[in-house]
Amino acid sequence: MIPEQPKPLLEIRNVARVFGGLKALENVSFNVPRGAICGLIGPNGAGKTTLINMISGLGPLSEGAILLDGQLISGLAPHKIAERGVGRTFQNIRLFGDLSVLENVILGHHLRQRGTLIETLLRLPRSRSSERDSRTAALKLLAILGMEHLANVQARALSYGDQRRVEIARALALGPSLLLLDEPAAGMNSTETDGLCEFLLSLRESSLTILIIEHDMDMIMRMSDLVVVLNFGLKIAEGPPDFVRNEPHVIEAYLGSE
Amino acid sequence: MLEFVSNNISTINFILINIALGLSIYITLATGLLSLSNAGFMAIGAYTVAIISTQSNIPFIVGLMAAIALGVALALPIGMLVLGLRDIYLAIATLGFGEIVRIIALNGDKVVHLFSQNRELIIFNGAEGITLTYRTPTIILGLPDTTWPILIYVIVIVYILATLHNSRFGRILASIRQDETAASTLGVNVVHYKLLAFVLGSAIAAGAGALSAPIVRVIDPHNYVFSRGVDILAYAVLGGMTHWVGPILGATVLTSLPEALRFLKDQRDIVNGLIIMLSIIYLPAGLADPRIWGLFKRLVSFPKRERVS
Repeated sequence: MIPEQPKPLLEIRNVARVFGGLKALENVSFNVPRGAICGLIGPNGAGKTTLINMISGLGPLSEGAILLDGQLISGLAPHKIAERGVGRTFQNIRLFGDLSVLENVILGHHLRQRGTLIETLLRLPRSRSSERDSRTAALKLLAILGMEHLANVQARALSYGDQRRVEIARALALGPSLLLLDEPAAGMNSTETDGLCEFLLSLRESSLTILIIEHDMDMIMRMSDLVVVLNFGLKIAEGPPDFVRNEPHVIEAYLGSE
Repeated sequence: MLEFVSNNISTINFILINIALGLSIYITLATGLLSLSNAGFMAIGAYTVAIISTQSNIPFIVGLMAAIALGVALALPIGMLVLGLRDIYLAIATLGFGEIVRIIALNGDKVVHLFSQNRELIIFNGAEGITLTYRTPTIILGLPDTTWPILIYVIVIVYILATLHNSRFGRILASIRQDETAASTLGVNVVHYKLLAFVLGSAIAAGAGALSAPIVRVIDPHNYVFSRGVDILAYAVLGGMTHWVGPILGATVLTSLPEALRFLKDQRDIVNGLIIMLSIIYLPAGLADPRIWGLFKRLVSFPKRERVS
């Protein structure tokens, strides 16, 4: 069991999302403690991506509230939520394909870049040193992921697995306190998935909180401190992996009932 | 060389002005915005300079500054108003702005008479437009003193765009063009940077319009109709929209082509149109296509060390 902490990093409170007549999410509540890895699972169409989009500000809430570090973030614009320290990746990889791998990661570092338009145009030292710092930080991140040799390759020329990892590097460049990963292992082979697992576990050491959607059950059960199960927009189970695995509702949702 | 320049000075002037206009639409296209208000801002610049120089003795350079300042002052509120729109809707809204500018220029004197008791006062002169008095340009270092400001203006704009291209600003604008949702989740204030691109583009167009005034000399509303906006778009489309070199090539080719094809007489427009059509079909990324540059580089340089892929 995870030790109970006074204030969770992420609080989802009675969140609902209605598309026309369809209730994509209904009265979903759960907390993610600081430094935890939380797995968000459920069959297709359960509302997992909808929820992650709402946390990152890409979709409005029909009801409820989302709090980060005790502060309301639902209703803020996506870039404001990013400023508060929420980084994310996408289910269908959304890298900037025309730009190089390095440029993609530097863009993640954008909030810490300094230098006004005028300073940049006059090539003043502040904008140049800031650019240098971002470059160094981005290269360091790529090195941790073992991808520094790909720094100058156009992002769209990369293999699928590499694109996923660059997207994670880009989100990490933001320096987030909460990282949202939407099926990061999709399309990866088992070796790549193992590598990713190890990497994500190593991130937890640096007190990063991760909310991860994944269909690879082995990976979820191995990594997560906490698993939340959604089905048809409702939360049907929540708890440590071993508890959730044996929960009758969950087995029913995944395998169907007699 | 000097003889070639002096014989073709009018074409060279227009090439330079069109390069500035092509660059003005490039900055918005590079941000993923299809804005067609450039002809309108060009009109604002041209009329500002024309009115200032016919109604007062204020020097041209001040008129140019005023034109650019007016472009910025108008682009800010208009940008805030229309930049929530996307794609074709933005194109239509900005086109509408261009039409409003043209209609105001056409009926400007009626507006003036609302505020002035002097019925004789004619500033805009309706469809006939404002005619600037001809002044024989003095030649400085082989170029007329009307060409120098345009040349310097183009150099300054190229410097600005090239510097931005290699800075965080260029990267951010490119990220908005490719995926503004992904950019916003990285903390990019998309509206803010779109407005920056729109205001910059509008200011460049207003300045180009101001500089064109002494060259065209007759500033009438017909100069700034829809087709002018399409011409400006064509410079960037033919040249390429991902690098600032694109609109320079596009504007140069499209402005000089009709002159170069003059020997074809009546068939000139057909061949002109055909060349544009073929280049768009076979060079969809424009004349500044990175592939062409790559090929060019390989032809002129020795193969470098193997690239790791």
